[in-house]
Amino acid sequence: MSRIYTIKNKLVESRLFLNRIIAAFIVILLLTSGLIVRLVYLQIVGHEHYATLAKDNSIKIEPLVPTRGIIYDRHGKVLADNTQSFSLELIPEQIKDIDDTLHRLQQLLNISDEKIDQFQKQRKRQKRFVSTPLLISMTDEEIAKFAVVRPYFPGVDIQARLVRHYPYADLASHVVGYVGRINEAEMKSLPIAEYRGSTHVGKIGIENTYETELHGKTGYAEIETNVQARAINTVNSVTPIPGENLYLTLDIDLQKTAYDALGDFNGAVVAIDIKTGGVLVFASRPGFDPNPFVIGIANDAYQALQSSENQPLYNRALRGLYPPGSTIKPFIGLAGLEYNAISAEHKLFCPGYYQLPNVSHHYRDWKKGGHGSVNMTEAITQSCDVYFYSLASILGIDRMHSFLQHFGFGEKSGIDLAGEKQGLLPSREWKRNQRNQSWYPGETLITGIGQGYLQVTPIQLAKATATLANKGKIVTPFLVKNTASPDSLGPEADNHQDNFELKSENINSIISAMINVIHDPHGTAKGINKDINYQIAGKTGTAQVFNIKQDAKYNENDIDFKLRDHALFISFAPADDPKIAVAVVVENGGHGGSVAAPIAGQVIKQFLGATNEN
Amino acid sequence: MKTETRSEQFHPPSVMGNILRKLHIDIPLFIGLLLISILSFVILYSAGSQDMDVLMRQAARVGLAFLLMTVLAHVDPYQFKRYSALLFGLGILLLIAVLVMGQFGKGAQRWLDLGVFRFQPSEMIKITTPMMVAWYLAEHSLPPRPKQLLVASLLIIVPTLLIAKQPDLGTALLVASSGAAVLFFAGLSWRFILAISSVLAGLTPILWHFMRPYQRDRVLTFLNPEADPLGRGYHIIQSKIAIGSGGIYGKGWLGSTQSELDFLPESSTDFIFAVFAEEFGLFGCVGLLALYLLIISRCLYIASQAQGTYSRLLASSLAFTFFVYVFVNIGMVIGVLPVVGVPLPLVSYGGTSIVTLLAGFGILMSIHTHKKFLPHS
Repeated sequence: MSRIYTIKNKLVESRLFLNRIIAAFIVILLLTSGLIVRLVYLQIVGHEHYATLAKDNSIKIEPLVPTRGIIYDRHGKVLADNTQSFSLELIPEQIKDIDDTLHRLQQLLNISDEKIDQFQKQRKRQKRFVSTPLLISMTDEEIAKFAVVRPYFPGVDIQARLVRHYPYADLASHVVGYVGRINEAEMKSLPIAEYRGSTHVGKIGIENTYETELHGKTGYAEIETNVQARAINTVNSVTPIPGENLYLTLDIDLQKTAYDALGDFNGAVVAIDIKTGGVLVFASRPGFDPNPFVIGIANDAYQALQSSENQPLYNRALRGLYPPGSTIKPFIGLAGLEYNAISAEHKLFCPGYYQLPNVSHHYRDWKKGGHGSVNMTEAITQSCDVYFYSLASILGIDRMHSFLQHFGFGEKSGIDLAGEKQGLLPSREWKRNQRNQSWYPGETLITGIGQGYLQVTPIQLAKATATLANKGKIVTPFLVKNTASPDSLGPEADNHQDNFELKSENINSIISAMINVIHDPHGTAKGINKDINYQIAGKTGTAQVFNIKQDAKYNENDIDFKLRDHALFISFAPADDPKIAVAVVVENGGHGGSVAAPIAGQVIKQFLGATNEN
Repeated sequence: MKTETRSEQFHPPSVMGNILRKLHIDIPLFIGLLLISILSFVILYSAGSQDMDVLMRQAARVGLAFLLMTVLAHVDPYQFKRYSALLFGLGILLLIAVLVMGQFGKGAQRWLDLGVFRFQPSEMIKITTPMMVAWYLAEHSLPPRPKQLLVASLLIIVPTLLIAKQPDLGTALLVASSGAAVLFFAGLSWRFILAISSVLAGLTPILWHFMRPYQRDRVLTFLNPEADPLGRGYHIIQSKIAIGSGGIYGKGWLGSTQSELDFLPESSTDFIFAVFAEEFGLFGCVGLLALYLLIISRCLYIASQAQGTYSRLLASSLAFTFFVYVFVNIGMVIGVLPVVGVPLPLVSYGGTSIVTLLAGFGILMSIHTHKKFLPHS
């Protein structure tokens, strides 16, 4: 009985399945007919229409590339604009013997083999009908030479293009950045429609951070062309929207002063407008000329930049990591007062070295023989190391870490430039995670004088100084003021988001100590107090590049230049109503007071001088 | 059951026929596949800017795919049935692995790097999903009851969602339709199909909500390509111009101006049909469709002659999915379906889809050439 049932069931299944096969086949036939109907519609009914579009008088959709926004400094001086440039371009499709043509051009215009190679590489990547540049930014002479013989070079033509130009070259290279040819990786990540027709994209600096604003919106034109693909009529077009102009907070004249003041040293200067957070100076020396990068820098020139021991491509202000040295002392001092670890008047004795209990190691003061008995003000003024060893020991690394964090140490300053380094503010936790070691008391001591693991970038140092001058209200640095005009104001004073309470008596005693650094006869930076009718507050710093052995003596003249100490200086002015904060790092500069402080002095005097005249 | 001995008459007792039979190759299907592969090289040569390198690379892949097909044709279909669940489970695990690894990489992650070559689990799941559903349904009598329907739907939805999350909408669609095809051939009632269709139509707004921005773009562009001629609508406008300008007879081989002049993007991959239509015209298109229909018909015939529920369901699903492949690609190129990124089967440049497709045909050949004279139920 059950067997019969199974067979019957099998038969039912079979029939059902065959029915489904037939149904599926009918569906397939119907859908295929649908496709054929559509093809008939396109290829017979619409043929003439589409054939016209495709061939004889074809409508070509041409992207209209928007003009890139111009970058100005705070006074409207041009930092990046677009200049007309003429380039010699070849359309491979229209040239019969390309090697012969290249050979003749090379002789006529004296073109280097490298450029020919570059052209050949680029040509292989592109379609044969795309106009490919051989020479960019031709001289008048070259243009004239070619114009005469042009009829003998079918498929070769001079094209006018807008080329990005940086008038201040190396002076602002690290802030403004540069644009370069879009590479393959960028091609994939950029929105295709927006960059159809664009050849360049911001690579670093403001050009990169504000790429979207600067680029603008691509338009297009539907162009009717004849058989020779010559445009004969524009049918319809959507005009491109040019990129926005950017006004930076940067003062290029002040930048030049700072850059020149660095002289032959490598280093960085950052100045911040304390009231707004606007960055006035963002100098990294040496800079480099960004202009060759726009047209495609020659390989050997690039290699030279890369291998130069001064590292001109390295943005020291943003990415340079330095021990802050004694410039950390005002912050540590303030921590001592805020945590009631010490009073401003309490004196500590400095014999010239400090010893941890039961440890023979001598933590030395920079001044042999010591500073004697000093209070907080004297310790900051004379930069007494032993005082801060003791204070650090009293505070402990945990309290130092959390206090310094408030000033932005160990985290990105938030400036609107990509690639910022966050520095290093060490803690027990950090050491355990990164090194799998516990924290040693000796490391607390050297952190107290800004050595050891502690590392800061110049922009961080400037931000911390501005925040200190602002009595603890956090100043967040930024570069782009606005995109409309130089007169309208950008993010005004409001950017002090997360504040923390500091007792005014504490901050005032630290500031008065910092004034002494410049205005007291014992001050380590007293050299810059001349010719001013206001007071500057500051702190010098000298950061060790390498460790001196216990029994050795540091002698500047004996050691290799590259191992000499870095000179640092932080400052703000006027001390009673701070407007500008300046941080200076001079690599291998030696002493903060004699080398770094005068640079800050020049920047402050020029800035406040100009402000006072107004 | 009257067809057990019929398969003999399709193999004339020639020397060549004997060899092919030993190889477990189905001649009509083999000839169809060979023809379309040759056609593929002809079009690729033109669409790929006459680059011999492109052809050589494709030839290597096609060779490998044919080899895999032959190997699979040798396997007894009983083995496919036996390992269905295992292979399906493995495929799901690999899909999850790809997703998890994708969390660490950037953007879409579809590959599993096996050192020697890169492997796309979503390709494997295209075959193992219908295998799994067919295996599950074959365990019960047909047509499927509600409970089996529920389980089978789950077996389809899980891989579909995993692939859609990669995100690879085209492949997800193909996997879903391969599973759905099994249900259809298993005798899902027409009333139910109608009900499901109306529910799905109601779900469209919800689906829209979960789509990625670029997927929404594709649908919007499909509805109105002219709105964004530089960006999203560019593909469709250019491919319609290419196809329409081909006319009845086409511009002749290598005569495509649209792809040659770079108006047509992705001319060797997803949009290769536009190049074909421009060069060979309506005649060529109808011919190509006829060739596809021949292959599909042969596959459906194999399905109708297959022994056992599992073999029938799997064979018919593979045949139908192949058609879905063709329909979705051509439909998108001629502007009647949204652009979902499905290649033209056996013709588009690229290796993974060809390997999977020919693996499917290998299974079909195995089903057809391993018949027992007595059903073993």
